[in-house]
Amino acid sequence: MSTGIRIGKTHASRDRSLRVGPLSVRFRPRAMLAALACAAAALAIAVVLIGSGDYPLGPGKVVDAVFGNGNPADVFIVRELRLPRAGVALLVGAALGLSGAVFQAVVRNPLGSPDLLGFTSGSAAGALVMIVLVGSGAGAVAFGAAAGGLLAGVLVYVLAWRRGVHGFRLVLTGIGVTAILTGVNGYLMTRAKLVEAQRALLWMTGNLDGRDWADVMPLAVAMAVLVPALVIGCGPALRMLEMGDDAAAALGVRVERVRLVLLAGAIVLVALAAAAAGPVSFVALTAPQLARRLTAAPGPNLLPSLFMGAVLLVGSDWIAQRAFSDNPLPVGVVTGLLGGGYLVAMLAAQRRAGRI
Amino acid sequence: MRAAPSSSPPQPRQAESTAAAAGATALAEKATSRRQIPTAVGICGSLLLLVAAVLLSLALGSRPLSIGQVWDGLFHPGSTGYAVVHDMRLPRTVLGLLVGVSLGVAGAVMQAVTRNPLADPGLLGINAGASAAVVTAIVMFGVTSFTGYIWFAFAGAAIVTALVYAVGGGRSATPARLALAGTALNAALFSYVQAAMLVDSSALDDMRFWTVGSLASAEMGTAAKLGPFVAVGLLLALALARPLNALALGDEAAKGLGGRPDRTRAGALVAVTLLCGAATAACGPLVFVGLLMPHAVRTFTGPDLRRLVPYCAVLTPVLLLGADVLGRVMARPSEVQVGTVTSVVGGIGFLILLRRAKEVRA
Repeated sequence: MSTGIRIGKTHASRDRSLRVGPLSVRFRPRAMLAALACAAAALAIAVVLIGSGDYPLGPGKVVDAVFGNGNPADVFIVRELRLPRAGVALLVGAALGLSGAVFQAVVRNPLGSPDLLGFTSGSAAGALVMIVLVGSGAGAVAFGAAAGGLLAGVLVYVLAWRRGVHGFRLVLTGIGVTAILTGVNGYLMTRAKLVEAQRALLWMTGNLDGRDWADVMPLAVAMAVLVPALVIGCGPALRMLEMGDDAAAALGVRVERVRLVLLAGAIVLVALAAAAAGPVSFVALTAPQLARRLTAAPGPNLLPSLFMGAVLLVGSDWIAQRAFSDNPLPVGVVTGLLGGGYLVAMLAAQRRAGRI
Repeated sequence: MRAAPSSSPPQPRQAESTAAAAGATALAEKATSRRQIPTAVGICGSLLLLVAAVLLSLALGSRPLSIGQVWDGLFHPGSTGYAVVHDMRLPRTVLGLLVGVSLGVAGAVMQAVTRNPLADPGLLGINAGASAAVVTAIVMFGVTSFTGYIWFAFAGAAIVTALVYAVGGGRSATPARLALAGTALNAALFSYVQAAMLVDSSALDDMRFWTVGSLASAEMGTAAKLGPFVAVGLLLALALARPLNALALGDEAAKGLGGRPDRTRAGALVAVTLLCGAATAACGPLVFVGLLMPHAVRTFTGPDLRRLVPYCAVLTPVLLLGADVLGRVMARPSEVQVGTVTSVVGGIGFLILLRRAKEVRA
């Protein structure tokens, strides 16, 4: 500890700084605690989720089985059948939470989520084209979803570009693109056979049934690269961007470049998450807001949002599977109902407190 | 309309300066009349456009007919085109007209009352409410006829509007709160609709055609049932144009000018419910028409609702009928639903408007 790692208190704020030689990182103890608590909660819910089902297992047995100990039947059930699904839920939730935080910070609007910005309907359009027009299997649908989401993202960015991209124009362009794609999607749904339409609807709702590691490999690789790049590489710049482009530029942030990197990273995450589990609604919108309430910190709260997203998706999947166990719902239905209910409750609370 | 206040007896404290007031009124009237003439001409021109759109909608379709055949088909029972023109294209055109008027006026009023340029029936959750009610009707009550949907859609739209208003803060509703409440309810209801469609595949089969927005199954009976609602909504909107203009200055200023913001807002929400409920019941949740047309019209009328509302009422059906005709001839012999055409055309138009706008600020 004494060889140059110092933890100090920066003046006039609750921030602490961690110094290692010439490098230093500022952090807030409460935000860090919130992030760790969310991560622990996500893992705990995942263990409960893995342990519950037609063949229930205690938490201890689950943890043993995950590491390959315990009796072979348990190990098979946990590692081959249930762990992949929980892993997909954790990764997709984390990707959505992080990208939601990035979008909301870049757009400077608490409603700036991938659903609003057109990427979700782009993914849906890509998947629908694969299901309805090409009639192909799961792998091709995932590819179509990723490609559709990325294309929609590039389209929105290019259309919104005029000597820089500003938050409000990005939202408006996203709404325009969403509307066009919604029309196209509706048309494709009416062209489909009923069986195809069912499959497409199930996919568009957001669904974790029958997922295994292969489905989530692209997302896992992308997250391994993008999470450090976004959180460590762009996090501080993003915090300055929230003060306005001019102020950020004056503080030495290359505004357009940082914004491009941030948006590109977030779009890739959303598109790959959609490819893995379909466009799950509301996680990207709610996770950053819940995280902010926990940390009580300004700024984008990237890491807490990431873990909060994982909590939300794993928790929703547990509800979806267990609350209606004879007829399990797709996870997207639960996130939508919970998210909508949360927003309504939050509005009512804020009104009582006289804040909005 | 503008001269009405001056014909009432002058207030006591104004009596001293009656002459000055009269002079001012005359000036104002002059200015008004100078502005009103182009409005009248413009409305007449727009009406001509509307007539052209109606004629096109009667004349064109997936089955090619000559002008003579269309004419016979409209008026002579038993002629070759009667079944096509009188029984199918005419109800469709009338319904398109009603829906267009409803959506255009509802969009204009909604954008004024929420003071939000992005307000439309989709944003406030009204379409979602109607969809949720229709899916409930199909799944729980086994309603399958088109006329059966209408009242459910209406009830759903009304309930959600009331709910949005209540969640948004009732008498103290602010634009931001209304929009947030609408978004929240929208999402929750949409999930409910998806769940219902996933559970019941016959509901999916009906809903996927209803949600896209189509005039194809129009009947004269539907138009007759919805006509009164649209008429009342339109009259209410026209009557509210002046108070809403005052409201645009903010609640305080509106009160200072003698307006009653709460009553105006409640009345506007009633008008919007009537209009949106009717439109959504008739042809499903059409996106973008109610959002885009007021924006396009505002570019040449300015924000004055007394000009904006009539123009929207006349020009929105032109867009809707045009889109319907386009959808009919685009993919002969099958059809592209009007909802698809409006959202694609409307979306592209919206993006063009956005590119042209000099400065868009938050």
